Amino acid sequence: MTTATVTPRGTPGKQAEKKPETKAGKKPGNQADKQAGKQAEKNAEPQFIPNIVVFACNWCSYAGADTAGVNRVQHSPNFRIIRTMCSGRVTPGFVLKALQLGADGVLVSGCHFGDCHYQFGNYRAVELFEKTKGLVRTLGLEEGRVRLEWVSAAEGSRWGEVINEFEGQIKALGPSPLNLHPKRSGQTA
Amino acid sequence: MSTKKEQLKKSRANWCLECGKCTAVRPISQANGTYSPRRLLAEGLFYGGEDLVSDSSLWSCLTCQLCSARCPADVKYSNYMRDVREDAYKLGIGGQPTHSGAMQAVWDIQASPTLLPNRTEWLEPDMKVQNKGDFVYFVGCLPFYEPLFGKDFDFSPLSIARDTVRILNRIGIEPVVMDTERCCGHDVYWLGQQDKFETLARLNIEQIKASGGKTVITACPECALALDHLYNKHIGPTGFQVKHIAEVVADNLDKLSFNGYQSEVTYQDPCRLGRFLGVYDQPRKVLEAIPGVTLREMQRIKAGAICCGTTNWTHCDATSKQIQKRRLTEARDTGADTMVTACPKCQIHFRCARCSPEGSTIDIKVTDFVNVVAQALGLSGADCRAGE
Ligand code: SF4
Ligand code: FES
Repeated sequence: MTTATVTPRGTPGKQAEKKPETKAGKKPGNQADKQAGKQAEKNAEPQFIPNIVVFACNWCSYAGADTAGVNRVQHSPNFRIIRTMCSGRVTPGFVLKALQLGADGVLVSGCHFGDCHYQFGNYRAVELFEKTKGLVRTLGLEEGRVRLEWVSAAEGSRWGEVINEFEGQIKALGPSPLNLHPKRSGQTA
Repeated sequence: MSTKKEQLKKSRANWCLECGKCTAVRPISQANGTYSPRRLLAEGLFYGGEDLVSDSSLWSCLTCQLCSARCPADVKYSNYMRDVREDAYKLGIGGQPTHSGAMQAVWDIQASPTLLPNRTEWLEPDMKVQNKGDFVYFVGCLPFYEPLFGKDFDFSPLSIARDTVRILNRIGIEPVVMDTERCCGHDVYWLGQQDKFETLARLNIEQIKASGGKTVITACPECALALDHLYNKHIGPTGFQVKHIAEVVADNLDKLSFNGYQSEVTYQDPCRLGRFLGVYDQPRKVLEAIPGVTLREMQRIKAGAICCGTTNWTHCDATSKQIQKRRLTEARDTGADTMVTACPKCQIHFRCARCSPEGSTIDIKVTDFVNVVAQALGLSGADCRAGE
């Protein structure tokens, strides 16, 4: 489903090649490096391609991403979606784990207020996101690396805007300080 | 991986007299009748033990050392559990993290040397701290607990840090507070993640040395245990001594004049401060020195105290809640209105139990030792009587 969304027009073959890597998903950092490598070869100058993880709720935002794909909304392909049943499921632990494993930015996306499939899930998401922001700041990472957005199933174009905007924000911040070190702090079970 | 022979020698399991006291006293066994330390030891050491690494009982041990305190043969059960956890960690097996792994990620991220944490935002203008000096105040995880638990449990973990600095100032100590301090590594150590523990320990030792600290003061028993015993044992002589704030206050009682604090309190011995570090009397001495405070002791205290039911942000379940509720009931039955603990984690766990439907009927407040002292000195901004 998502593949359609992130495929830049005219390069479907390439996307298909990349897919297994995305699926393996264990070392997003390495993939960013590889992508960065490819890009560098093409442009002959290294460029920072952010590694963005998006948590999208099943009922609105994930469908919104799908709409963006169906409507061929042009937007950056540098993100990976993780589908959750509701934005209220995305606890600070999820977001921090993504950052720890090499994400440069994490976007949490859910339904607009009043539209949550579970009624109050996105109010819960706001509370959880406040905690996440506090932890991110104390850890010494920029608060701008995490973001909470509401995108409905019909808002394909808005999805594209949000993604592009967030990518710009992360590009401005540069790579996560955790990715500057060659060996990451390790994986816990 | 250590061999069975080494583990047997270290754990002293062959000295077991089969008296069964360890099962009888263990907080877990009391709430969950099938849990037996002896059986796990035997399973691990004599019957293969392949299953023990993937057994969830491995992670439910609270490492509170109560069984060792009672054992006539000095069998080191908690330490054995820790060694098996190290084996499990090497095989990629871990316990079930609580709070969806938020604290686990916080430790792991802090182990990255390129990170520059931002941990001193909570300091207020009236607090006197310095960049270099003999005394270091090691804050620990409090700045992380603030966003994570403050709202849910209706208290401010950082008030413990603020009050500690104010008390130290009153005593005449201007401590160093390190902006880029790391997690002390206590929890990763007990989860068997030796490599992470060593990384965190080295980062901390380096900073403390750079600050010129000769005495490290902390308001967290786990930090005290890690900085004192664990660093010296696993990294090498650190060259600084470590004190819990209760010891510092007890030593400086003559410099403090209390306004008073009207309350009947009972004191909860944190396992790390009591059984591990042997600090039982200092906090009691301080509490008794405060005019207006009556100390009422629970039935099981000091070396026999029951711990707060969960540890290392791993494996919190119905058994943990049972342990917490029993302890809260025991505290209430003393007739005290407040349970004072010297460990921020104890407070979080007991407050969590108070939020459960059953726990909310146990009418006792929970607060930190530091908050009580600061209030009695007229220093605290935090209302430590909150959290009903
Ligand atoms: S308390 Fe010590 S001697 Fe007694 S059964 Fe337990 S391990 Fe054996
Ligand atoms: S289902 Fe979309 S936010 Fe809850």
